Amino acid sequence: MKLDQFKPLTVYTIYIASTPEKVWEALTSAEFSRKYFSGFAVEMEPKLGGSFIVRAPDGSEHISGEVFEYDPPKKLTVSWNVNWPDLVAKLGATLVTYEIELAGEAVRLTMSERHDREIGDDILEGGRTGWPAILSGLKSLLETGKAPQIKMAPPAQMLAALKAMGIKTP
Amino acid sequence: MSKPDFVYVTYIETTPEKLWEALTSSEFTRQYWFGAEVRSDWRVGSPFALMLDGEVTDSGEILEADPPRLLSYSFKHRKFEELRGEPISRVVFTIEPFGALVRLTVLHDGFVEGGKYLGAVSNGWPAILSGLKSLLERGKVLAIPRTALNKGFDAK
Repeated sequence: MKLDQFKPLTVYTIYIASTPEKVWEALTSAEFSRKYFSGFAVEMEPKLGGSFIVRAPDGSEHISGEVFEYDPPKKLTVSWNVNWPDLVAKLGATLVTYEIELAGEAVRLTMSERHDREIGDDILEGGRTGWPAILSGLKSLLETGKAPQIKMAPPAQMLAALKAMGIKTP
Repeated sequence: MSKPDFVYVTYIETTPEKLWEALTSSEFTRQYWFGAEVRSDWRVGSPFALMLDGEVTDSGEILEADPPRLLSYSFKHRKFEELRGEPISRVVFTIEPFGALVRLTVLHDGFVEGGKYLGAVSNGWPAILSGLKSLLERGKVLAIPRTALNKGFDAK
């Protein structure tokens, strides 16, 4: 897979009163992610080529992928493939890159969702709805010690667009 | 092809009323908006100004005001020469209760293709709104240098 063929179609930047090491841990550990990511657990083998899984609260693998760039605590790129039948076959792989930088006494976290082809806004709305909720929760957890419950459902326009492409959704 | 715009969504543990106050009170804005103070009586048609260090950096007028749900104003940059030629843009704040939280959506549009202003705005809003969220949730803003606002835009 050629990483440079993947273009960022959704970018979200957030500043957090924390350290790069703590932001890295919050992004890559199951214990943290369950708190800010609606009970979903990030399970990552911490090495280049390692596996990357986001496990749903029911134990199923909601997202599966692989680690493509691994430079703790600065940069992480993983493939982020939602396990819905035919999704990857029809949309190609999704890459997610986190960049973590110091900005004064805060940390700037930039998430880029990248694709190797044009993807319609209706489908991208899934990430555009989800990322602000996930990363707002992560910021609150690191700054205040508790994560708010932000209940998210897949946007109707995304489900309709996927269905129109013959992709089965729950 | 849709026109270039900037959209940012954040979830804040607060009330719509407190968030409205934080967006419209200069006491609040100078804490999280890197020293900038908003000036307006927030009535539709009234002037809006953003002041930094005693100088108006941006100005416009109130287009919509429905506290604590919706606020929009026009926004024209006055300070940096490189940005003064850009067209008048528009900022829309939408405040919605979301469970125990509030969802804030900021839309900034009215840019031209290839203009410099969108880049400056895209770097500024995440830093400003991250500070706003921190201020409302933990009573303290972030210590981010003002230069964070200019990342990707070389304003002196």
